[in-house]
Amino acid sequence: MNRIAEIRKKIDAYWDTLLSSGRDDVRIMEICGTHTVSISRSGLRATFPKGLKLISGPGCPVCVTGQSYVDKAVYLARQPDVIIATYGDMVRVPGATGSLEAVRGEGGKVEVVYSAHQAVDLARRCEDKQVVFLAIGFETTAPATALAIQKADREGVENFSALLSHKLVIPAMRALLNDKDIRIDGFLCPGHVSVITGWRVYEPIVNEFARPCVVAGFDDEQILKGICEILRQLAEQSPAACCVYPAVSETGNLHAQEVIHETFDVIDTYWRGIGIIPASGLGLKERFSRFDADKRFNLPVFEEHDPPGCRCGEVISGKCIPPECPLFGTICTPREPIGPCMVSSEGSCAAYYKYDRH
Amino acid sequence: MCLAIPAKIESLDQHIATVDLAGAKVRADTTLTPEAKVGDWVLVHAGYTITILDEKDVRETFAVLREMDELQKR
Repeated sequence: MNRIAEIRKKIDAYWDTLLSSGRDDVRIMEICGTHTVSISRSGLRATFPKGLKLISGPGCPVCVTGQSYVDKAVYLARQPDVIIATYGDMVRVPGATGSLEAVRGEGGKVEVVYSAHQAVDLARRCEDKQVVFLAIGFETTAPATALAIQKADREGVENFSALLSHKLVIPAMRALLNDKDIRIDGFLCPGHVSVITGWRVYEPIVNEFARPCVVAGFDDEQILKGICEILRQLAEQSPAACCVYPAVSETGNLHAQEVIHETFDVIDTYWRGIGIIPASGLGLKERFSRFDADKRFNLPVFEEHDPPGCRCGEVISGKCIPPECPLFGTICTPREPIGPCMVSSEGSCAAYYKYDRH
Repeated sequence: MCLAIPAKIESLDQHIATVDLAGAKVRADTTLTPEAKVGDWVLVHAGYTITILDEKDVRETFAVLREMDELQKR
């Protein structure tokens, strides 16, 4: 028997145990967008027992970023002396007055970078321009922003700034568990966030809410192992924080945690679909505040809003699945996306559209 | 966005590594894994190495690399 078949056999056995204890409905949330894509691509959902539901959580950085942030980025991109430097996923997200891609079409400067330090290098090359880096993402990506800010500070690159919207995963998990409209029986925890944080950070969630929190990697076997472990814990009524992904240690990457701590303060921040979550975001410490694009530019106030009819907010928080949105696959498609979950390659709607439409 | 790719460090110039990323040579900053050395497997995310991997774990955990191994055996 191959390794996958062995894991599946165990999953079936734990499922039988759960059924015999009267439990025929288990909802596991995968928090990471990369997990969502892997699960959809592999077709795993269709192979699970009826009643075992995998629901996507707020794990796609572009999707959880508020619309007002997109509108600010688009506003800045339209300023003649500004160059926007961004990860590719943000470029096509529609804002109230268009997307960054549209601004680029109008002659605005929007450069795609794969690393934050490239934005600092760009600023050094373009001294007569202001380079604004769109700093979004979770714990995995925040250290790169922190190092870019420190580099700009050290090297005196004063025409660089960052528009910040970094977010922390654990406060969002806690917010979802406190929401009475959502039922989550266990979490498949994000592999690469956990490389930074370590897997023991989930222990307080387990202690407070008694839900399994299992960190897994991204191929089929890793995802099945993670789900198998969650079902074992549920069947044996022994929720715990643990990890099946060898890349993740108990305590994570201490260097990365240190650069985050040196550079950022933990602040309240807005999540699309959830609202403001206390202590769930990262803002620049006072000594780096001159690199904060929000402070450097005299930005108008932008309101949070969602595209009319778009249910991205509910998709992100596990309240509905993409095909339940009336726009899904009809007027909202990857070619002409309405909401961010259809834009980002890690968005649930894009993953369902590509792999799970039927 | 939290995608990270396993790669092997081929050379190191202070904190800038050249890694072999499935055949492509890519630069990665090792500031977050200062103990990384030539020959180590690392996970690369957004231009930075974020952890050092055990070679056996790499082959066990990443389907892409397993498949490449199998192709090479043919």
